[in-house]
Amino acid sequence: MISFGNLARKPWIWSWMAAFLVWFATIMVTGGASTLGLSQAALTFAAFSIIVGIGQMFVITLGPGNIDLSVPATMTLAGTVALKLMNVENGMVVPGLLVAVLIGLAVGVGNYALIKALRIPPIIATLSMSFIVQSAAIWTNRGLRIKPPSVLADFTTSSTLGVPNVALVALGLSLIAWVLLEKSVYGRWISAIGQSMAAARMAGIPVDGARFVTYLLCAVLASVAGYLLACFSGGAALNMGAEYLLMSIAVVVIGGTAVAGGYSNVPGIWGASLFMFLVVSMLNTYGIGAGVRLIMTGLIIISVIMLAGGRRTGMR
Amino acid sequence: MKLGLTSDAMRLVIPALSMTVLLAAVFWLQPRAMSYFGLNLLLNLAVPIALATIAQMLVMAVNDLDLSIGAFVSFVACVTATFLRDAPLVGTLILAGAVGIYALIGVVIYLRNLPSIVVTLGMSFVWAGLAVLMLPAPGGQAPDWVRWLMTVKPPLMPMAIVASIVIAIVAHLIVMRSSLGVLIRGVGGNQRSVERAGWSIIAARAAAYGLAGVFAVAAGIALVGLTTSADANIALRYTLLSIAGVILGGGEFTGGRVSPIGAVIGALTLTLAGSFLSFLRISPDWQIGAQGAILIIVLALRLVFNRVEKRRAQP
Repeated sequence: MISFGNLARKPWIWSWMAAFLVWFATIMVTGGASTLGLSQAALTFAAFSIIVGIGQMFVITLGPGNIDLSVPATMTLAGTVALKLMNVENGMVVPGLLVAVLIGLAVGVGNYALIKALRIPPIIATLSMSFIVQSAAIWTNRGLRIKPPSVLADFTTSSTLGVPNVALVALGLSLIAWVLLEKSVYGRWISAIGQSMAAARMAGIPVDGARFVTYLLCAVLASVAGYLLACFSGGAALNMGAEYLLMSIAVVVIGGTAVAGGYSNVPGIWGASLFMFLVVSMLNTYGIGAGVRLIMTGLIIISVIMLAGGRRTGMR
Repeated sequence: MKLGLTSDAMRLVIPALSMTVLLAAVFWLQPRAMSYFGLNLLLNLAVPIALATIAQMLVMAVNDLDLSIGAFVSFVACVTATFLRDAPLVGTLILAGAVGIYALIGVVIYLRNLPSIVVTLGMSFVWAGLAVLMLPAPGGQAPDWVRWLMTVKPPLMPMAIVASIVIAIVAHLIVMRSSLGVLIRGVGGNQRSVERAGWSIIAARAAAYGLAGVFAVAAGIALVGLTTSADANIALRYTLLSIAGVILGGGEFTGGRVSPIGAVIGALTLTLAGSFLSFLRISPDWQIGAQGAILIIVLALRLVFNRVEKRRAQP
């Protein structure tokens, strides 16, 4: 029971339990027939929110007011431009990925430049940036729907040993994120900045450098997610990033990361992402229409926040 | 200060300047816009945006952020185009209930100490779901009185300008001149001292959110008056536009420092930015981008302005 007591104190355990409960409730209705299919679909769709959510988590860790609203626009632009560059040729897969990462780097640099140079709150800086990035995406897209190269389309839609490939990518990135957060000095730095920026500065932590890297990281992860999502869904669409604005914030918060910053964890993102997808598919299984499904999703997010949150002051 | 202006008035200088410059540029590119009809065409879509911006401003005044405004205005638009036309009493009750929910959310966010961003994002799902239930496909029709209100042609000035001025004055009186407004801004400035002074934080927050709900309802009704029909996604972009409008108008993110007149000017500026591009014959693809660019330019100007002010203050 001691180990259970320790487990119950972990902030991420709740999102995992919620995900499991919803998974179980869905399986019960279908009589266990779709267990494998449901689990695979959940891992696939959760993978995108996980990748985006990790980036957002790093940003939120930086403390009150830090949030990246340019995530959806970055995803859309990266997906659009990468697909356009690859032009259905298999040989261009790597350059496509590089371009997506470059776009992420550019958006990240832009975001932090605005925050630093104009001394405006990150929400406003990333909001203005996202307007511009979104426009660039509309301009490059022009209603065209270019198919992804067949290698990538196959890779993103198939599985290895029963686990979807995109989930494996998300797992790899999560491991890196976990090492960065828990084992590296950078992870200590951003937690320290989130807990008290003034104290971090006095302790000699390179605050600006660490914040800059964090915004870069978030934008790059968003662009990688956009690249994968565009390949997975058979082409980039202008609204493809839209739902990930809420998603990236929701999974971080439901996952047990303190919204006020300074405390974060990677496993919670997984539990929360799986939970968010499973809720939608559970409501689908029960045959509930789009309107009610949206309402239920909203109410569930709010109730999870009410149960989980409400200790620390700080973030709006 | 040397000019004898209050700091509130100084706050309005940059927004007013940027709107004037943009308006002058539009007139220069298209002199025919300088008419009763032209101005109305140019600015009438700004009326609902201005109302939504005031709503967002009220929430920002208590240091929160409302990410559900776009979905809420869409929801109100759907109610207006269906219930408010066919069964005015039911429609009014629904809208009143929605305002009540807004106030309730403000209280819940405070009592449970929740992040407003996440709660309002969750609410945006709820409003969007309700809107889809009412109007699964675009449709409905604006009530006649709403249509009349938005298309009436007052003498001297077009409706868009009259409405903007009325909105600015009403919001100014509520937020800057009434004791309730002072209380709301006080909560944003220093919640603790307001509480110690014996005021009820719960009431102040409920009032701020409730008023925001009222203005957002007005935004939805005005929008339907212009478009004549509604759609569940009609106003989704209002969320980001309203935040941008508040900031453009000299409002600040924390500390309860907001400016209702500035917010209306900010909304007008954002609307003008779109028309300006089309007069320049630049592809409408860049319309959102231009709004972002204007936001950045104005914020940069404000920084320079503040620095000059500071240098003048300490010679």
